[in-house]
Amino acid sequence: MPLVPRLLPAGDSAIVVEYGDGIDLSLNARVRLLHRALGATRPAGVVETVPAYRSLLVHYDPIVLSRAAIERWIAETADHLPAESPAACRTVEIPVVYGGVAGPDLADVAAHAGLELHEVADLHASVEYVVFMLGFMPGFPYLGGLPERLATPRLATPRTLVPAGSVGIAGAQTGIYPAESPGGWRLIGRTPVVLFDPSDSPPALLEAGDRVRFVPVATADYDAIAREVAAGLYRPAIRAESAGR
Amino acid sequence: MTAIEVLDGGLLTTVQDLGRFGAQQYGVPVSGAMDAWALRAANRLAGNYEGAAALEITLAGPVLRFDGPGVIALTGGDLGARLDGRALDPWQSVGVPPGAELSFAGPRDGLRAYLGVAGGIGVPLVLESRSTLLNARLGGFMGRALAAGDRVPVGPGGMAIGRTGWRLPRTLVPAYGHSHMVRVVMGPQDDAFTEDGIRTFLSGSYTLAPQSDRVGCRLTGPRIAHRLGADIVSDGTAFGSVQVSGDGLPIVLMADRGTTGGYTKIATVASADLPRMAQASPGDRVRFVRVELDEAVALLRAARTGLDRIARDEPWSAPAAGIFEEDSGEPLAAPAYAGLADALALRRGSAAVRSTAVRAPMPGLVVSVAVRAGDTVATGQPLVVLEAMKMQNPVRATRAGRISRVLVAEGALVESGAALVEFDDADARRS
Repeated sequence: MPLVPRLLPAGDSAIVVEYGDGIDLSLNARVRLLHRALGATRPAGVVETVPAYRSLLVHYDPIVLSRAAIERWIAETADHLPAESPAACRTVEIPVVYGGVAGPDLADVAAHAGLELHEVADLHASVEYVVFMLGFMPGFPYLGGLPERLATPRLATPRTLVPAGSVGIAGAQTGIYPAESPGGWRLIGRTPVVLFDPSDSPPALLEAGDRVRFVPVATADYDAIAREVAAGLYRPAIRAESAGR
Repeated sequence: MTAIEVLDGGLLTTVQDLGRFGAQQYGVPVSGAMDAWALRAANRLAGNYEGAAALEITLAGPVLRFDGPGVIALTGGDLGARLDGRALDPWQSVGVPPGAELSFAGPRDGLRAYLGVAGGIGVPLVLESRSTLLNARLGGFMGRALAAGDRVPVGPGGMAIGRTGWRLPRTLVPAYGHSHMVRVVMGPQDDAFTEDGIRTFLSGSYTLAPQSDRVGCRLTGPRIAHRLGADIVSDGTAFGSVQVSGDGLPIVLMADRGTTGGYTKIATVASADLPRMAQASPGDRVRFVRVELDEAVALLRAARTGLDRIARDEPWSAPAAGIFEEDSGEPLAAPAYAGLADALALRRGSAAVRSTAVRAPMPGLVVSVAVRAGDTVATGQPLVVLEAMKMQNPVRATRAGRISRVLVAEGALVESGAALVEFDDADARRS
């Protein structure tokens, strides 16, 4: 049954299409479905659509396309969404070194969870995550599915410099910093994989809806992969599979 | 013209076009011109397509040399542009001879100027745009602001003898001033605020904070009350989203904003009024006025139609308001820019400045103080480092002499024009 989204004004050149108010897999799947469906039928005057956790922002030029026309297009497309999740999705494997210099906050997360260091790494790498959306900085994935026990509040004072590839936890979310940046997430590890390259098409390794699995590696393996990355030879393992999980 | 040589980068000069669209779903901010209307005008005047890349020049302009003959047009804020030492008429297309130098005497009105050149700025496209995204070091000229020694390529059309003498009708030339009425459409999260909160937002007088930058215009003033809290599940942001975080103060999200954000957005600035927001200087007053969606669209349509009135037959004359009145070569002593004039005069190697105090060129935070009372300093020696618009700007001695008093300490917030350091009076009389 189609769920009717709420349309909210975001000024004269954008409109919010909102499916709900929580961080929820089925809401997010619906957002991604609508994003794809809108992309396939985009009329002139629509600039782009940006999917987030539970809503989509549609940017358009009001001189080319009236608000009434755009609302009609969104409502009709939302009405005819397939009820299921996308037919296929990808699972991307991200190698990570946990702890040490690469993950300076692993001990804090372990203390907060009442676990040993290696148990945090094992637990973090034991599940499959879903990319809810990309945002904050180019290529940064917001991943859902963090085991509840690992949820840890952000740092009280953000770091002025988080190294590229850092894997972090903030509340119930986990994510990866594609580039050096200030940031307040608790850092538990690091990956040598490049998550954003403006010369690639698409420029981001991950997109909303992708599944992510972290694969623990030793420092020596990390270095070997980093060398392959630097030489442009490394491609992370990506499995395509049908959804329905 | 095949290139623009940069002799001095100015405070913040970047390559911008209308922005990078299509990659927000990958977390890539749009960037692009802060004042898109002025960028469109600059391009139209220079004979380019409206969305070509141009230079966005902030507050204290650069010194540029054109390597060959060409056509340029300068729009947006009046930063005191001079071509080979003579005042350059803005908002019209002008032919430049080979080797001509463009410099800026200091701001008179507005914050950001746009330099369009026939052929457009020819930096490579990155994700289909030439805009500079500073915090990701993406696009533009090597992902950064221009600096002395750079050679900025001009697109192929720059070799053609372009069209000169095209003008924007005088009645359409904006006067920005220091008090800005900014129209907004309410939403998307106006229901997250109390009635009082909405009233505060629409009746309060806000001041543009020095921490403002291309990401956002930060405002100080009356605090806006939330109904429950300031946090939402992150959603998309628009150019002009008025975000109100937990401290109750509004931030207008601008060109380099993040694609998504987790704070409530009370309203969105009407696209037609984004240029006013972009031209507001730190210390300026801002008031928000509610309009309905239809009106906002009508305003935008009128603004765009205005550009169609760029023509060849309107002779340029200075507006009556006196914005462009003085052509003495000295910047106007507008209160907000007292001190910047001195700093610029010094930078440009003008005659010694004789004031007894060195003043803050803009509102900002005193990061460090390098001198003490009794010190003898040379002209150009750094005295104080002032942080404004997220950049650290050294304030230098405008002349040689003995310091009699240091009037600020580290951590102080100073207004524009505030005296920072005083010279010994006896010294001042001698000089």
